[in-house]
Amino acid sequence: MTAVVDQVTPPEAPDRRELTQGQLWRRRTPLLPALILVILLTQIPFLLTIWYSFQDRNLLRPGSGQFVGLDNYSEVFTDPLFRNAVGNTIVMTVSAVILSLILGLALAVLLDKVFPGRGIVRTLLITPFLVMPTAAALLWKTSFFSPVFGLINWVLAPFGVGNLDWVSTYPMATIVLVLVWEWTPFMMLILLAGLQSQSPDILEAAKVDGAGGWKTFRLITLPHLRQFIDLAVLLGSIYIVHTFDVIFMITQGGPGQATTNLPYFIYQEAFRAFDVGEAAAAGVIVVAATIVIATFALRRVSEVFKGEV
Amino acid sequence: MATRTATRAPAPSEATARRPGRLSTGKVVLTLGGWFVGLLFFFPVLWMFLTGFKTEAQASTDPPTFFFTPTLDQYQAIFERDFAPYFLNSVTASVMSTLLVVILATPAAYALSIMPIPHWRDSLFFFMSTRMLPPVASILPLYIIFNNLGVLDNINALFIIYTVMNLPIAVWMIRSFLLEVPKEVLEAARLDGANLSLELRKVIVPMIAPGLAATALICFIFAWNEFFFAVTLTSTQAATVPVFLVGFITSEGLFWARLSAACTLAVLPVIIAGWVAQKWLVRGLSLGAVK
Repeated sequence: MTAVVDQVTPPEAPDRRELTQGQLWRRRTPLLPALILVILLTQIPFLLTIWYSFQDRNLLRPGSGQFVGLDNYSEVFTDPLFRNAVGNTIVMTVSAVILSLILGLALAVLLDKVFPGRGIVRTLLITPFLVMPTAAALLWKTSFFSPVFGLINWVLAPFGVGNLDWVSTYPMATIVLVLVWEWTPFMMLILLAGLQSQSPDILEAAKVDGAGGWKTFRLITLPHLRQFIDLAVLLGSIYIVHTFDVIFMITQGGPGQATTNLPYFIYQEAFRAFDVGEAAAAGVIVVAATIVIATFALRRVSEVFKGEV
Repeated sequence: MATRTATRAPAPSEATARRPGRLSTGKVVLTLGGWFVGLLFFFPVLWMFLTGFKTEAQASTDPPTFFFTPTLDQYQAIFERDFAPYFLNSVTASVMSTLLVVILATPAAYALSIMPIPHWRDSLFFFMSTRMLPPVASILPLYIIFNNLGVLDNINALFIIYTVMNLPIAVWMIRSFLLEVPKEVLEAARLDGANLSLELRKVIVPMIAPGLAATALICFIFAWNEFFFAVTLTSTQAATVPVFLVGFITSEGLFWARLSAACTLAVLPVIIAGWVAQKWLVRGLSLGAVK
Protein backbone atom coordinates (compact mmCIF):
# COMPACT_ATOMS: atom_id res chain seq x y z
CA MET A 1 0.00 0.00 0.00
CA THR A 2 1.51 3.29 -0.96
CA ALA A 3 0.19 6.46 0.56
CA VAL A 4 0.66 8.74 -2.38
CA VAL A 5 -1.82 8.31 -5.18
CA ASP A 6 0.46 7.78 -8.13
CA GLN A 7 -0.21 4.41 -9.63
CA VAL A 8 -2.98 5.49 -11.91
CA THR A 9 -2.19 7.81 -14.75
CA PRO A 10 -5.15 9.49 -16.37
CA PRO A 11 -5.58 9.08 -20.09
CA GLU A 12 -3.23 11.64 -21.57
CA ALA A 13 -4.97 14.84 -22.50
CA PRO A 14 -5.50 15.03 -26.20
CA ASP A 15 -3.98 17.71 -28.30
CA ARG A 16 -6.45 20.48 -28.92
CA ARG A 17 -5.87 20.17 -32.69
CA GLU A 18 -6.87 16.53 -32.74
CA LEU A 19 -10.33 17.26 -31.46
CA THR A 20 -13.22 18.75 -33.40
CA GLN A 21 -14.99 21.71 -31.83
CA GLY A 22 -17.85 19.40 -30.94
CA GLN A 23 -15.61 16.93 -29.15
CA LEU A 24 -13.85 19.74 -27.35
CA TRP A 25 -17.08 21.15 -26.01
CA ARG A 26 -18.36 17.73 -25.07
CA ARG A 27 -15.31 17.37 -22.85
CA ARG A 28 -15.58 20.87 -21.43
CA THR A 29 -19.28 20.92 -20.62
CA PRO A 30 -19.14 18.78 -17.45
CA LEU A 31 -16.53 21.11 -16.02
CA LEU A 32 -18.27 24.38 -16.78
CA PRO A 33 -20.94 24.66 -14.05
CA ALA A 34 -18.39 24.21 -11.26
CA LEU A 35 -15.81 26.41 -12.97
CA ILE A 36 -18.22 29.26 -13.67
CA LEU A 37 -19.59 29.24 -10.13
CA VAL A 38 -16.10 29.36 -8.65
CA ILE A 39 -14.98 32.19 -10.96
CA LEU A 40 -18.17 34.13 -10.26
CA LEU A 41 -17.79 33.96 -6.49
CA THR A 42 -14.05 34.08 -5.99
CA GLN A 43 -12.35 35.80 -8.93
CA ILE A 44 -14.87 38.56 -9.55
CA PRO A 45 -15.05 39.56 -5.88
CA PHE A 46 -11.26 39.59 -5.77
CA LEU A 47 -11.08 41.87 -8.84
CA LEU A 48 -13.60 44.13 -7.10
CA THR A 49 -11.41 44.11 -3.99
CA ILE A 50 -8.53 45.38 -6.11
CA TRP A 51 -10.86 48.02 -7.56
CA TYR A 52 -12.03 49.14 -4.10
CA SER A 53 -8.44 49.31 -2.91
CA PHE A 54 -7.90 52.31 -5.20
CA GLN A 55 -10.96 54.10 -3.86
CA ASP A 56 -11.76 56.20 -0.85
CA ARG A 57 -14.78 54.08 0.00
CA ASN A 58 -16.50 54.02 3.39
CA LEU A 59 -19.71 52.14 4.11
CA LEU A 60 -20.87 54.86 6.49
CA ARG A 61 -20.52 57.61 3.87
CA PRO A 62 -22.88 56.92 0.97
CA GLY A 63 -21.54 58.37 -2.26
CA SER A 64 -17.93 57.91 -1.22
CA GLY A 65 -15.80 56.03 -3.73
CA GLN A 66 -13.51 58.55 -5.42
CA PHE A 67 -10.40 57.21 -7.08
CA VAL A 68 -7.44 57.88 -4.81
CA GLY A 69 -4.69 55.92 -6.54
CA LEU A 70 -2.29 54.21 -4.18
CA ASP A 71 -3.27 56.27 -1.11
CA ASN A 72 -4.83 53.26 0.64
CA TYR A 73 -1.68 51.24 0.13
CA SER A 74 0.60 53.90 1.56
CA GLU A 75 -1.88 54.28 4.43
CA VAL A 76 -1.78 50.54 5.10
CA PHE A 77 2.00 50.33 4.93
CA THR A 78 2.50 53.25 7.30
CA ASP A 79 -0.21 52.01 9.69
CA PRO A 80 1.56 50.69 12.82
CA LEU A 81 -1.49 48.51 13.47
CA PHE A 82 -1.01 46.80 10.11
CA ARG A 83 2.66 46.13 10.79
CA ASN A 84 1.71 44.84 14.23
CA ALA A 85 -0.83 42.50 12.59
CA VAL A 86 1.80 41.21 10.15
CA GLY A 87 4.15 40.46 13.05
CA ASN A 88 1.40 38.74 15.04
CA THR A 89 0.38 36.66 12.03
CA ILE A 90 3.94 35.45 11.55
CA VAL A 91 4.50 34.64 15.24
CA MET A 92 1.15 32.89 15.54
CA THR A 93 1.47 30.87 12.34
CA VAL A 94 5.10 29.86 12.72
CA SER A 95 4.82 28.81 16.36
CA ALA A 96 1.54 26.96 15.87
CA VAL A 97 2.82 25.14 12.79
CA ILE A 98 6.15 24.14 14.34
CA LEU A 99 4.67 22.99 17.65
CA SER A 100 1.84 21.05 16.06
CA LEU A 101 4.26 19.48 13.58
CA ILE A 102 6.58 18.25 16.35
CA LEU A 103 3.71 16.93 18.46
CA GLY A 104 2.05 15.48 15.36
CA LEU A 105 5.23 13.65 14.42
CA ALA A 106 5.60 12.22 17.93
CA LEU A 107 1.98 11.05 17.93
CA ALA A 108 2.29 9.60 14.43
CA VAL A 109 5.33 7.57 15.50
CA LEU A 110 3.37 6.39 18.52
CA LEU A 111 0.33 5.38 16.48
CA ASP A 112 2.52 3.62 13.93
CA LYS A 113 3.24 1.02 16.62
CA VAL A 114 0.80 -1.73 17.40
CA PHE A 115 -0.79 -1.68 20.85
CA PRO A 116 -4.15 -2.66 22.31
CA GLY A 117 -6.79 -0.02 21.56
CA ARG A 118 -4.71 1.78 18.94
CA GLY A 119 -7.80 2.44 16.80
CA ILE A 120 -9.64 4.05 19.71
CA VAL A 121 -6.63 6.21 20.63
CA ARG A 122 -6.40 7.35 17.02
CA THR A 123 -10.08 8.28 17.07
CA LEU A 124 -9.63 10.20 20.33
CA LEU A 125 -6.62 12.02 18.90
CA ILE A 126 -8.34 13.27 15.75
CA THR A 127 -11.31 14.63 17.65
CA PRO A 128 -9.84 18.09 18.44
CA PHE A 129 -9.57 18.76 14.72
CA LEU A 130 -13.26 18.01 14.27
CA VAL A 131 -14.48 20.27 17.05
CA MET A 132 -15.95 23.52 15.76
CA PRO A 133 -13.19 26.07 16.42
CA THR A 134 -15.63 28.63 17.84
CA ALA A 135 -16.86 26.08 20.38
CA ALA A 136 -13.34 24.94 21.20
CA ALA A 137 -12.23 28.53 21.73
CA LEU A 138 -15.14 29.29 24.10
CA LEU A 139 -14.49 26.14 26.05
CA TRP A 140 -10.78 26.79 26.48
CA LYS A 141 -11.41 30.40 27.41
CA THR A 142 -13.85 29.53 30.20
CA SER A 143 -13.25 26.07 31.62
CA PHE A 144 -9.49 25.99 31.08
CA PHE A 145 -7.97 29.49 31.05
CA SER A 146 -10.23 31.15 33.61
CA PRO A 147 -8.18 32.58 36.51
CA VAL A 148 -10.35 31.38 39.39
CA PHE A 149 -12.14 28.23 38.25
CA GLY A 150 -9.97 27.24 35.28
CA LEU A 151 -8.64 23.69 35.10
CA ILE A 152 -5.15 24.79 34.09
CA ASN A 153 -4.63 26.81 37.24
CA TRP A 154 -6.10 23.97 39.29
CA VAL A 155 -3.61 21.50 37.80
CA LEU A 156 -0.73 23.94 38.23
CA ALA A 157 -1.70 24.99 41.75
CA PRO A 158 0.72 22.51 43.41
CA PHE A 159 3.49 24.24 41.46
CA GLY A 160 2.69 27.60 43.00
CA VAL A 161 0.61 29.05 40.19
CA GLY A 162 -2.08 31.21 41.72
CA ASN A 163 -5.10 32.75 40.04
CA LEU A 164 -3.23 33.55 36.86
CA ASP A 165 -5.32 35.15 34.14
CA TRP A 166 -3.87 33.31 31.14
CA VAL A 167 -5.78 35.15 28.43
CA SER A 168 -4.76 38.65 29.48
CA THR A 169 -1.26 37.76 30.73
CA TYR A 170 -0.19 35.50 27.85
CA PRO A 171 -2.73 36.25 25.11
CA MET A 172 -0.56 35.03 22.23
CA ALA A 173 0.43 31.84 24.03
CA THR A 174 -3.20 30.97 24.78
CA ILE A 175 -4.19 31.43 21.13
CA VAL A 176 -1.22 29.33 19.99
CA LEU A 177 -2.06 26.62 22.54
CA VAL A 178 -5.62 26.31 21.23
CA LEU A 179 -4.35 26.29 17.62
CA VAL A 180 -1.80 23.59 18.44
CA TRP A 181 -4.47 21.47 20.11
CA GLU A 182 -6.64 21.86 17.03
CA TRP A 183 -3.97 21.31 14.36
CA THR A 184 -1.78 18.56 15.88
CA PRO A 185 -4.25 15.89 14.67
CA PHE A 186 -4.02 17.29 11.14
CA MET A 187 -0.24 17.03 11.14
CA MET A 188 -0.42 13.61 12.77
CA LEU A 189 -2.77 12.18 10.15
CA ILE A 190 -0.61 13.24 7.21
CA LEU A 191 2.62 12.08 8.86
CA LEU A 192 1.04 8.80 9.94
CA ALA A 193 0.06 8.14 6.34
CA GLY A 194 3.69 8.81 5.45
CA LEU A 195 5.02 6.41 8.08
CA GLN A 196 2.64 3.68 7.01
CA SER A 197 3.72 3.98 3.40
CA GLN A 198 7.26 2.93 4.31
CA SER A 199 8.29 -0.37 2.92
CA PRO A 200 8.56 -2.83 5.84
CA ASP A 201 11.29 -4.66 3.91
CA ILE A 202 13.65 -1.69 4.07
CA LEU A 203 13.06 -1.29 7.81
CA GLU A 204 13.64 -5.00 8.27
CA ALA A 205 16.86 -4.77 6.24
CA ALA A 206 18.07 -1.86 8.40
CA LYS A 207 17.42 -3.98 11.50
CA VAL A 208 19.30 -6.92 10.05
CA ASP A 209 22.21 -4.60 9.25
CA GLY A 210 22.29 -3.67 12.91
CA ALA A 211 20.89 -0.14 12.74
CA GLY A 212 19.27 0.93 16.02
CA GLY A 213 15.80 2.46 16.29
CA TRP A 214 16.96 6.07 16.41
CA LYS A 215 19.45 5.60 13.58
CA THR A 216 16.85 3.96 11.38
CA PHE A 217 14.44 6.78 12.13
CA ARG A 218 16.96 9.49 11.34
CA LEU A 219 18.50 7.95 8.23
CA ILE A 220 15.59 6.14 6.65
CA THR A 221 12.26 7.29 8.07
CA LEU A 222 12.88 11.04 8.17
CA PRO A 223 14.10 11.34 4.57
CA HIS A 224 11.11 9.25 3.49
CA LEU A 225 8.80 11.55 5.47
CA ARG A 226 10.27 14.70 3.88
CA GLN A 227 7.54 15.19 1.29
CA PHE A 228 4.82 14.48 3.84
CA ILE A 229 6.33 16.99 6.27
CA ASP A 230 6.49 19.60 3.52
CA LEU A 231 2.90 18.96 2.56
CA ALA A 232 1.71 19.11 6.18
CA VAL A 233 3.62 22.33 6.87
CA LEU A 234 2.45 24.10 3.72
CA LEU A 235 -1.20 23.11 3.98
CA GLY A 236 -1.15 23.76 7.72
CA SER A 237 0.37 27.22 7.23
CA ILE A 238 -2.19 28.16 4.62
CA TYR A 239 -5.06 27.21 6.91
CA ILE A 240 -3.52 28.68 10.09
CA VAL A 241 -2.68 32.02 8.44
CA HIS A 242 -6.46 32.41 7.94
CA THR A 243 -7.21 31.93 11.65
CA PHE A 244 -10.11 34.14 12.62
CA ASP A 245 -12.63 32.26 14.76
CA VAL A 246 -10.34 31.43 17.69
CA ILE A 247 -9.16 35.05 17.95
CA PHE A 248 -12.69 36.38 17.63
CA MET A 249 -13.93 34.17 20.46
CA ILE A 250 -11.03 34.33 22.93
CA THR A 251 -9.33 37.73 22.72
CA GLN A 252 -11.13 39.81 20.08
CA GLY A 253 -7.62 40.69 18.89
CA GLY A 254 -6.63 42.07 22.28
CA PRO A 255 -5.63 42.98 24.83
CA GLY A 256 -4.90 46.12 22.86
CA GLN A 257 -3.76 44.67 19.56
CA ALA A 258 -1.67 41.86 21.02
CA THR A 259 -3.37 39.05 19.10
CA THR A 260 -4.72 40.91 16.06
CA ASN A 261 -3.61 38.95 13.02
CA LEU A 262 -4.17 40.02 9.40
CA PRO A 263 -7.63 38.49 8.89
CA TYR A 264 -8.81 40.03 12.14
CA PHE A 265 -7.22 43.40 11.26
CA ILE A 266 -9.04 43.46 7.92
CA TYR A 267 -12.26 42.42 9.61
CA GLN A 268 -11.92 45.32 12.04
CA GLU A 269 -11.15 47.81 9.27
CA ALA A 270 -14.10 46.63 7.21
CA PHE A 271 -16.81 45.80 9.72
CA ARG A 272 -15.93 47.98 12.71
CA ALA A 273 -14.43 51.06 11.01
CA PHE A 274 -16.26 50.47 7.69
CA ASP A 275 -13.13 51.69 5.89
CA VAL A 276 -13.56 49.57 2.76
CA GLY A 277 -10.68 51.20 0.88
CA GLU A 278 -8.01 50.45 3.45
CA ALA A 279 -9.41 47.03 4.25
CA ALA A 280 -9.39 46.16 0.55
CA ALA A 281 -5.79 47.34 0.18
CA ALA A 282 -4.77 45.20 3.17
CA GLY A 283 -6.67 42.29 1.62
CA VAL A 284 -4.81 42.64 -1.66
CA ILE A 285 -1.50 42.66 0.20
CA VAL A 286 -2.46 39.52 2.11
CA VAL A 287 -3.43 37.78 -1.12
CA ALA A 288 -0.10 38.73 -2.70
CA ALA A 289 1.71 37.26 0.30
CA THR A 290 -0.47 34.14 0.23
CA ILE A 291 0.26 33.64 -3.47
CA VAL A 292 3.96 33.46 -2.64
CA ILE A 293 3.40 30.73 -0.03
CA ALA A 294 0.79 29.00 -2.17
CA THR A 295 3.11 28.82 -5.15
CA PHE A 296 5.51 26.78 -3.09
CA ALA A 297 2.64 24.70 -1.80
CA LEU A 298 1.29 23.98 -5.26
CA ARG A 299 4.74 23.07 -6.55
CA ARG A 300 5.21 20.76 -3.60
CA VAL A 301 1.84 19.14 -4.06
CA SER A 302 2.50 18.56 -7.73
CA GLU A 303 5.77 16.88 -6.78
CA VAL A 304 3.87 14.66 -4.41
CA PHE A 305 1.64 13.79 -7.36
CA LYS A 306 4.66 13.12 -9.52
CA GLY A 307 4.02 10.63 -12.23
CA GLU A 308 0.46 11.76 -12.29
CA VAL A 309 0.33 15.52 -12.66
CA MET B 1 -2.98 -0.66 7.98
CA ALA B 2 -4.25 -4.12 8.80
CA THR B 3 -2.35 -5.65 5.92
CA ARG B 4 0.91 -4.07 6.98
CA THR B 5 0.53 -5.16 10.56
CA ALA B 6 0.22 -8.67 9.26
CA THR B 7 3.36 -8.48 7.14
CA ARG B 8 5.40 -7.11 10.01
CA ALA B 9 4.38 -9.71 12.55
CA PRO B 10 7.05 -12.36 12.95
CA ALA B 11 6.27 -15.68 11.38
CA PRO B 12 5.23 -18.27 13.95
CA SER B 13 8.01 -20.64 12.86
CA GLU B 14 10.69 -18.14 13.86
CA ALA B 15 12.61 -18.92 16.99
CA THR B 16 11.96 -15.39 18.26
CA ALA B 17 8.19 -15.72 17.94
CA ARG B 18 6.49 -14.35 21.05
CA ARG B 19 3.86 -16.33 22.75
CA PRO B 20 0.50 -14.66 22.15
CA GLY B 21 -1.01 -12.86 25.12
CA ARG B 22 2.32 -12.09 26.79
CA LEU B 23 3.09 -8.41 27.01
CA SER B 24 6.63 -7.11 27.24
CA THR B 25 7.44 -4.11 29.45
CA GLY B 26 7.95 -1.98 26.35
CA LYS B 27 4.51 -2.86 25.11
CA VAL B 28 2.91 -1.96 28.44
CA VAL B 29 4.66 1.42 28.49
CA LEU B 30 3.64 2.00 24.88
CA THR B 31 0.03 1.12 25.59
CA LEU B 32 -0.20 3.28 28.70
CA GLY B 33 1.54 6.18 26.95
CA GLY B 34 -0.71 5.89 23.92
CA TRP B 35 -3.87 5.88 26.00
CA PHE B 36 -2.59 8.73 28.14
CA VAL B 37 -1.96 11.14 25.24
CA GLY B 38 -5.16 10.04 23.53
CA LEU B 39 -7.20 10.84 26.62
CA LEU B 40 -5.23 14.05 27.21
CA PHE B 41 -6.11 15.40 23.76
CA PHE B 42 -9.68 14.22 24.10
CA PHE B 43 -10.13 15.54 27.62
CA PRO B 44 -11.37 19.06 26.72
CA VAL B 45 -14.12 17.52 24.62
CA LEU B 46 -15.04 15.12 27.39
CA TRP B 47 -15.05 17.94 29.93
CA MET B 48 -17.34 20.01 27.72
CA PHE B 49 -19.70 17.07 27.42
CA LEU B 50 -19.73 16.56 31.21
CA THR B 51 -20.11 20.25 32.07
CA GLY B 52 -23.18 20.46 29.85
CA PHE B 53 -24.98 18.16 32.30
CA LYS B 54 -24.05 20.14 35.43
CA THR B 55 -25.86 22.95 37.16
CA GLU B 56 -24.27 26.38 36.82
CA ALA B 57 -23.12 26.15 40.45
CA GLN B 58 -21.30 22.89 39.75
CA ALA B 59 -19.78 24.17 36.50
CA SER B 60 -17.57 26.80 38.05
CA THR B 61 -16.12 25.53 41.31
CA ASP B 62 -12.67 25.37 42.81
CA PRO B 63 -11.66 22.51 42.87
CA PRO B 64 -13.53 21.37 39.75
CA THR B 65 -16.55 19.12 40.24
CA PHE B 66 -15.96 15.63 38.87
CA PHE B 67 -18.91 13.78 40.35
CA PHE B 68 -22.44 15.12 40.11
CA THR B 69 -25.99 14.13 39.31
CA PRO B 70 -26.56 14.94 35.63
CA THR B 71 -29.31 17.38 34.75
CA LEU B 72 -30.86 18.34 31.43
CA ASP B 73 -31.68 21.87 32.61
CA GLN B 74 -29.02 23.48 30.44
CA TYR B 75 -30.25 21.81 27.27
CA GLN B 76 -33.76 22.91 28.08
CA ALA B 77 -32.54 26.48 28.66
CA ILE B 78 -30.75 26.52 25.31
CA PHE B 79 -33.82 25.52 23.40
CA GLU B 80 -35.80 28.13 25.28
CA ARG B 81 -33.23 30.63 24.03
CA ASP B 82 -34.24 29.71 20.47
CA PHE B 83 -31.33 27.51 19.59
CA ALA B 84 -33.37 25.48 17.13
CA PRO B 85 -33.44 28.05 14.25
CA TYR B 86 -29.65 28.37 14.38
CA PHE B 87 -29.27 24.63 14.31
CA LEU B 88 -31.69 24.34 11.37
CA ASN B 89 -29.78 27.05 9.50
CA SER B 90 -26.57 25.14 10.02
CA VAL B 91 -28.19 21.93 8.81
CA THR B 92 -29.61 23.70 5.76
CA ALA B 93 -26.38 25.46 4.82
CA SER B 94 -24.16 22.39 5.30
CA VAL B 95 -26.44 19.75 3.81
CA MET B 96 -27.56 21.83 0.79
CA SER B 97 -24.03 22.98 0.02
CA THR B 98 -22.68 19.45 0.38
CA LEU B 99 -25.28 18.09 -2.05
CA LEU B 100 -24.61 20.82 -4.58
CA VAL B 101 -20.86 20.37 -4.22
CA VAL B 102 -21.07 16.66 -5.02
CA ILE B 103 -23.44 17.29 -7.95
CA LEU B 104 -21.13 19.92 -9.45
CA ALA B 105 -17.78 18.39 -8.56
CA THR B 106 -18.42 14.88 -9.93
CA PRO B 107 -18.77 15.92 -13.60
CA ALA B 108 -15.99 18.47 -13.14
CA ALA B 109 -13.64 15.82 -11.76
CA TYR B 110 -14.65 13.58 -14.67
CA ALA B 111 -13.60 16.29 -17.15
CA LEU B 112 -10.26 16.52 -15.35
CA SER B 113 -9.52 12.80 -15.24
CA ILE B 114 -11.42 10.24 -17.28
CA MET B 115 -12.19 12.34 -20.35
CA PRO B 116 -9.72 15.15 -19.75
CA ILE B 117 -9.96 18.50 -21.43
CA PRO B 118 -6.76 19.92 -22.89
CA HIS B 119 -4.88 21.82 -20.17
CA TRP B 120 -6.68 19.94 -17.39
CA ARG B 121 -3.72 20.56 -15.07
CA ASP B 122 -4.29 24.32 -15.21
CA SER B 123 -7.95 23.94 -14.29
CA LEU B 124 -7.14 21.55 -11.49
CA PHE B 125 -4.62 23.90 -9.94
CA PHE B 126 -6.91 26.86 -10.50
CA PHE B 127 -9.50 25.16 -8.29
CA MET B 128 -6.93 24.59 -5.58
CA SER B 129 -5.63 28.15 -5.75
CA THR B 130 -9.11 29.51 -5.00
CA ARG B 131 -9.13 27.47 -1.78
CA MET B 132 -5.81 28.99 -0.75
CA LEU B 133 -6.87 32.60 -1.17
CA PRO B 134 -7.82 34.16 2.14
CA PRO B 135 -11.56 34.70 2.61
CA VAL B 136 -10.82 38.29 3.64
CA ALA B 137 -9.85 38.96 0.03
CA SER B 138 -13.37 38.48 -1.24
CA ILE B 139 -15.53 39.31 1.76
CA LEU B 140 -15.96 43.05 1.11
CA PRO B 141 -17.32 42.80 -2.44
CA LEU B 142 -19.46 39.82 -1.44
CA TYR B 143 -20.89 41.81 1.45
CA ILE B 144 -21.60 44.83 -0.76
CA ILE B 145 -23.06 42.74 -3.61
CA PHE B 146 -25.21 40.67 -1.26
CA ASN B 147 -26.38 43.88 0.38
CA ASN B 148 -27.36 45.37 -2.97
CA LEU B 149 -29.12 42.17 -4.03
CA GLY B 150 -30.93 42.04 -0.71
CA VAL B 151 -29.57 38.57 0.15
CA LEU B 152 -27.56 39.55 3.18
CA ASP B 153 -28.64 37.38 6.10
CA ASN B 154 -30.06 34.84 3.63
CA ILE B 155 -29.40 31.14 4.15
CA ASN B 156 -29.41 30.40 0.40
CA ALA B 157 -26.68 32.94 -0.20
CA LEU B 158 -24.63 31.37 2.60
CA PHE B 159 -25.03 27.87 1.23
CA ILE B 160 -23.84 29.02 -2.21
CA ILE B 161 -20.74 30.50 -0.56
CA TYR B 162 -20.09 27.20 1.24
CA THR B 163 -20.52 25.37 -2.06
CA VAL B 164 -17.80 27.47 -3.66
CA MET B 165 -15.62 27.08 -0.57
CA ASN B 166 -15.78 23.28 -0.74
CA LEU B 167 -15.75 22.74 -4.51
CA PRO B 168 -11.94 22.66 -4.85
CA ILE B 169 -11.56 20.02 -2.14
CA ALA B 170 -14.35 17.95 -3.65
CA VAL B 171 -12.99 18.18 -7.20
CA TRP B 172 -9.56 17.05 -6.07
CA MET B 173 -10.89 14.30 -3.86
CA ILE B 174 -13.43 12.90 -6.32
CA ARG B 175 -10.81 13.03 -9.04
CA SER B 176 -8.49 10.88 -6.94
CA PHE B 177 -11.29 8.31 -6.61
CA LEU B 178 -12.15 8.47 -10.33
CA LEU B 179 -8.56 7.67 -11.25
CA GLU B 180 -8.97 4.36 -9.47
CA VAL B 181 -11.91 3.23 -11.62
CA PRO B 182 -10.67 0.56 -14.04
CA LYS B 183 -10.65 1.88 -17.59
CA GLU B 184 -12.14 -1.31 -18.99
CA VAL B 185 -15.38 -0.71 -17.13
CA LEU B 186 -15.77 2.76 -18.62
CA GLU B 187 -14.93 1.54 -22.11
CA ALA B 188 -17.51 -1.20 -21.81
CA ALA B 189 -20.11 1.34 -20.76
CA ARG B 190 -19.20 3.57 -23.67
CA LEU B 191 -19.48 0.68 -26.13
CA ASP B 192 -22.96 0.08 -24.84
CA GLY B 193 -23.72 3.55 -26.11
CA ALA B 194 -24.19 5.25 -22.77
CA ASN B 195 -24.10 9.04 -22.99
CA LEU B 196 -22.23 11.07 -20.41
CA SER B 197 -25.04 11.68 -17.95
CA LEU B 198 -26.05 8.02 -18.12
CA GLU B 199 -22.43 6.88 -17.79
CA LEU B 200 -22.00 9.06 -14.72
CA ARG B 201 -25.21 8.00 -13.03
CA LYS B 202 -25.29 4.30 -13.88
CA VAL B 203 -21.63 3.35 -14.01
CA ILE B 204 -19.36 5.84 -12.29
CA VAL B 205 -21.39 7.02 -9.32
CA PRO B 206 -22.14 3.49 -8.07
CA MET B 207 -18.47 2.57 -8.41
CA ILE B 208 -17.14 5.53 -6.46
CA ALA B 209 -20.06 5.76 -4.04
CA PRO B 210 -17.89 5.28 -0.92
CA GLY B 211 -15.55 7.99 -2.20
CA LEU B 212 -18.45 10.34 -2.81
CA ALA B 213 -19.77 9.67 0.67
CA ALA B 214 -16.33 10.44 2.13
CA THR B 215 -16.11 13.64 0.10
CA ALA B 216 -19.56 14.66 1.25
CA LEU B 217 -18.67 14.09 4.89
CA ILE B 218 -15.50 16.19 4.59
CA CYS B 219 -17.41 19.02 2.91
CA PHE B 220 -20.09 18.79 5.58
CA ILE B 221 -17.46 19.15 8.31
CA PHE B 222 -15.94 22.26 6.74
CA ALA B 223 -19.32 23.89 6.09
CA TRP B 224 -20.69 23.11 9.54
CA ASN B 225 -17.67 24.59 11.32
CA GLU B 226 -17.35 27.68 9.10
CA PHE B 227 -17.46 30.93 11.03
CA PHE B 228 -16.00 33.87 9.05
CA PHE B 229 -18.63 34.07 6.30
CA ALA B 230 -21.39 33.21 8.75
CA VAL B 231 -20.55 36.03 11.12
CA THR B 232 -20.06 38.63 8.38
CA LEU B 233 -22.89 37.72 6.01
CA THR B 234 -25.67 36.80 8.43
CA SER B 235 -27.24 38.44 11.45
CA THR B 236 -30.56 37.11 12.72
CA GLN B 237 -32.50 35.22 10.03
CA ALA B 238 -29.74 33.05 8.58
CA ALA B 239 -27.34 32.87 11.52
CA THR B 240 -25.78 29.44 12.06
CA VAL B 241 -24.66 27.59 15.20
CA PRO B 242 -21.20 29.22 15.48
CA VAL B 243 -22.90 32.62 15.38
CA PHE B 244 -25.18 31.48 18.22
CA LEU B 245 -22.08 30.76 20.27
CA VAL B 246 -20.92 34.37 19.87
CA GLY B 247 -23.66 35.28 22.32
CA PHE B 248 -21.69 33.50 25.04
CA ILE B 249 -18.57 35.64 24.73
CA THR B 250 -19.88 38.34 27.00
CA SER B 251 -21.52 36.04 29.52
CA GLU B 252 -18.13 34.72 30.52
CA GLY B 253 -17.95 33.08 33.91
CA LEU B 254 -21.67 33.09 34.39
CA PHE B 255 -23.10 30.39 32.17
CA TRP B 256 -20.40 27.77 31.76
CA ALA B 257 -22.74 24.82 31.98
CA ARG B 258 -25.17 26.29 29.47
CA LEU B 259 -22.25 27.25 27.23
CA SER B 260 -20.89 23.70 27.39
CA ALA B 261 -24.28 22.25 26.54
CA ALA B 262 -24.54 24.58 23.53
CA CYS B 263 -21.00 23.67 22.45
CA THR B 264 -21.81 19.97 22.77
CA LEU B 265 -24.80 20.36 20.45
CA ALA B 266 -22.64 22.43 18.11
CA VAL B 267 -19.84 19.90 17.79
CA LEU B 268 -21.77 16.62 17.96
CA PRO B 269 -22.82 16.35 14.27
CA VAL B 270 -19.29 16.92 13.03
CA ILE B 271 -17.64 14.63 15.55
CA ILE B 272 -19.96 11.85 14.46
CA ALA B 273 -19.37 12.64 10.78
CA GLY B 274 -15.63 12.77 11.37
CA TRP B 275 -15.49 9.50 13.26
CA VAL B 276 -17.44 7.84 10.47
CA ALA B 277 -15.21 9.40 7.79
CA GLN B 278 -11.89 9.09 9.62
CA LYS B 279 -10.55 6.57 7.14
CA TRP B 280 -10.82 9.21 4.41
CA LEU B 281 -10.05 12.26 6.51
CA VAL B 282 -6.40 12.40 5.57
CA ARG B 283 -7.27 12.13 1.89
CA GLY B 284 -9.66 15.04 2.11
CA LEU B 285 -7.30 17.21 4.13
CA SER B 286 -4.48 16.70 1.68
CA LEU B 287 -6.83 17.31 -1.28
CA GLY B 288 -6.49 13.71 -2.36
CA ALA B 289 -2.69 13.75 -2.40
CA VAL B 290 -2.25 11.33 0.48
CA LYS B 291 -4.30 8.19 0.79
